Amino acid sequence: MSEQAHATTGTYLRVAAILVMITLIEVGIFYVPTFQTVLVPVLLFLSAVKFTLVVMFYMHLKFDNRFFAFLFGGPLLLGVAVVVSLLFIFYGAVRLRAGS
Amino acid sequence: MKSWLTTTDHKRIGLLYFWTAFGFFLIGGLEALIIRAQLARPDGGLGVSAETFNQLFTMHGTTMVFLALMPLSAAFFNFIIPLQIGARDVAFPRLNAFSYWVFLLGGLFLNASFIAGPLFGADRLSVAPDAGWFGYANLTSRQFSPGPNVDFWLLGLQILGIASLAAGFNFIVTILNMRAPGMRMLRLPPFTWMTLITQFLVITAFPVITVALVLLMFDRFFGTHFFVPQGGGDPILWQHLFWMFGHPEVYILILPAMGIISEVLPTFSKKPLFGYTVVVYSGVVIAFLGWSVWSHHMFSTGLGPIADSVFAGTTMLIAIPTGVKIFNWIGTLWGGQIRFTTSLLFAVGFIAMFIIGGLSGVSHAAAPSDLQQTDTYYVVAHIHYVLFGGTILGLFAGIYYWWPKMTGRMLSEPLGKVHFWLTMIGMNLAFFPMHFSGLLGMPRRIYTYSSDLGVAGFNLASTIGAFLIGLATLVFFWNLLRTRWHPITAPSNPWGGATLEWAIPSPPPVYNFTVIPTVESRMPLWQTERHAPMPALPERPPAPIHVPGGSWWPMITAIGLPILAIAAISRTLPLVFVGAAVVIVGIYRWAYEPVEM
Amino acid sequence: MGLDSRKMAFWAFIGSECLLFGSLISTYLVYKGRSLTGPFPHEILNIPFTSFSTFDLLMSSLAMVLALAAVQRGDMKRGKLWLLVTALLGLVFLGGQFWEFSHFVHEGLGLTTNLFGSTFYVLTGTHGAHVTVGVIWLLTLWVQALRGKLGPANAMTVEITGLYWHFVDVVWIVIFTVVYLIQ
Repeated sequence: MSEQAHATTGTYLRVAAILVMITLIEVGIFYVPTFQTVLVPVLLFLSAVKFTLVVMFYMHLKFDNRFFAFLFGGPLLLGVAVVVSLLFIFYGAVRLRAGS
Repeated sequence: MKSWLTTTDHKRIGLLYFWTAFGFFLIGGLEALIIRAQLARPDGGLGVSAETFNQLFTMHGTTMVFLALMPLSAAFFNFIIPLQIGARDVAFPRLNAFSYWVFLLGGLFLNASFIAGPLFGADRLSVAPDAGWFGYANLTSRQFSPGPNVDFWLLGLQILGIASLAAGFNFIVTILNMRAPGMRMLRLPPFTWMTLITQFLVITAFPVITVALVLLMFDRFFGTHFFVPQGGGDPILWQHLFWMFGHPEVYILILPAMGIISEVLPTFSKKPLFGYTVVVYSGVVIAFLGWSVWSHHMFSTGLGPIADSVFAGTTMLIAIPTGVKIFNWIGTLWGGQIRFTTSLLFAVGFIAMFIIGGLSGVSHAAAPSDLQQTDTYYVVAHIHYVLFGGTILGLFAGIYYWWPKMTGRMLSEPLGKVHFWLTMIGMNLAFFPMHFSGLLGMPRRIYTYSSDLGVAGFNLASTIGAFLIGLATLVFFWNLLRTRWHPITAPSNPWGGATLEWAIPSPPPVYNFTVIPTVESRMPLWQTERHAPMPALPERPPAPIHVPGGSWWPMITAIGLPILAIAAISRTLPLVFVGAAVVIVGIYRWAYEPVEM
Repeated sequence: MGLDSRKMAFWAFIGSECLLFGSLISTYLVYKGRSLTGPFPHEILNIPFTSFSTFDLLMSSLAMVLALAAVQRGDMKRGKLWLLVTALLGLVFLGGQFWEFSHFVHEGLGLTTNLFGSTFYVLTGTHGAHVTVGVIWLLTLWVQALRGKLGPANAMTVEITGLYWHFVDVVWIVIFTVVYLIQ
């Protein structure tokens, strides 16, 4: 194993607690009408935080050789780019043609 | 025989890939010859029906891309890469064998469609795929393609995709993790670099077509409407998903051949590759940009001015790293002590033909001119200049270069030169006129054309050229075959190459290297300014080298896949369970097999 | 590079899975709001229920990481326990999916009913299939552990299982947000 430091059980439990709290916040925001306008960016941000926590700590990427982060990060960015570009192609054009 | 079925030796797997792929290449070539025979004359030609013609061009494209060009490259990945990096085998030898068997079975499944008609109650023998190698929706919907043809296509491609993905993971790990001591990344042979880049393209692009094919399968088998307009589906989504795969795919097809050229030119110029680092980085940039251009296949679908401009821009950009490589290859030859072996001739031919293909490509990049060119024979000219003039000439260069290493026998140089010149004349005669017939308005994928179009002369020329290619290929085939009756006399380094594969006997012993060398330069076997050539490796290993035995499980697991495909295409549920069981049992036995290292 | 080959291969595999799920999520998002008929997402998606599924999968990731830690330090008693807990939590998730799907079908949302149905079932179904493979994988490891064949020496197997399991969890995090919460 090539990890330098190692997360402890305590860290794992703390991460779990944060994940649960964020999920509760997400669900909360979903139900509170005041937040409807900022719903999408906030939810995307919060789920990105959860994603990062699981990948960094549970999948150990924070402590492992940086190459693994590259192996995963590259295709991950590509996957996100695929989603964003398809969304833009199918909807961006519509918004632009509508003269916004 | 059994040893071939259970082999996990990368060298044997490489040879298996070579002969299987060459066989499919001949089949694909035969399909092309029938197409050309039909198109030699206008107004009905030979009388080949439209349906037959659709099957021919679909199978020609699908076969050449997936069953010939990719696996021929894979033959070299398999045989040569471990040798070039100083390893005894790939990272996962059984997974390697699995990839081969899946490829073979996928190719057989796809071609079985030619004789499967009676099994489906068709009124003809052949129900081969007939919707083009790119299967555009909604022609491929159940409504417009009711027969099993498209099912053979999508299921066959899914099987082949698994083979490619598995190999992708295998070679990435092999190249990164199994290099000999001292073999730093920027000391890797260029062919190994291009292969590494190609495998990253494979593992990112193939999942996209996997999803596209799954969606198509659900439309055809379960009645969803992903690509069916009546249900709200958008056929353009298919095009996006397909070309998001399809464009990286063409770089998957060309980068290995570019890697081969980057090996052959230095050896026969007795000069190092000019601008090695730049060539490597250009490969990386091509792969990266290759992901940004896909909709240049869709300029005529009404994307809108912004999308059109963006994709035209990125497509023009990608010409830059490509051009850089071409200048570096010319720079390699320039001032070198050139030996005009057949291998070198094919490499030089590659440069010239690829430039022509690249130029027509640049004209495609401009969306306005592409609107004139798209779906005409101008595109057929472009793709064949880059794929035949590029990839295939590059592969031939590689075959003449590495045949001695792979088989221990030399190919005949005189026959090789006949092969080369016939090929050059044939391919230019076949494909150059297509630029003109295309611009004069001859559409693609038509089974005949009117004499009023005025392209009959061009078509006749193309047909003659195609048959010349066929003749050249027969000469080549004979050249390969006759070496079987020759003794194994090729030296370790018949060409005076610089890289590690030339440091060991031809063919290599099963363990490759008696002692794993330590590498100190990019060209270990050459004298350079800073390094003496690597000392010769001992003739015998200092201690017995244990080589892992073979395994049945890769092949057995692979068999489960066509069983699943047959189950799907014949709508036989029990067979699904049989296929799944074969795969699952195969995987478990594979996983629990004692791993010998 | 001196890294574990299997671990490297697996991270590459996870990378490719990002493209697989990325394409499926793209399809879902591109077709969002384009269904010609109902039922529509807001009519049928059950956020409280799905929140529970999300919570379940997050806890299963915790169990997985505790299993790995136990196996790495040689505590096979806890290792076996946490592996089993992970698998069971996975089964609970699958049970929930099964219930949700049956309920939706009952409410009139089938695979072919509309684009929402098609994209929803294919996306979440693919994810569910991945969870199923994960559960089988975990139970296989658990059985191996029962037979005394699992220990710190082959902890890498457990680590790779963990990578797969956490990835499946992470994909669900994205699906939960993009399909359920952002309607």
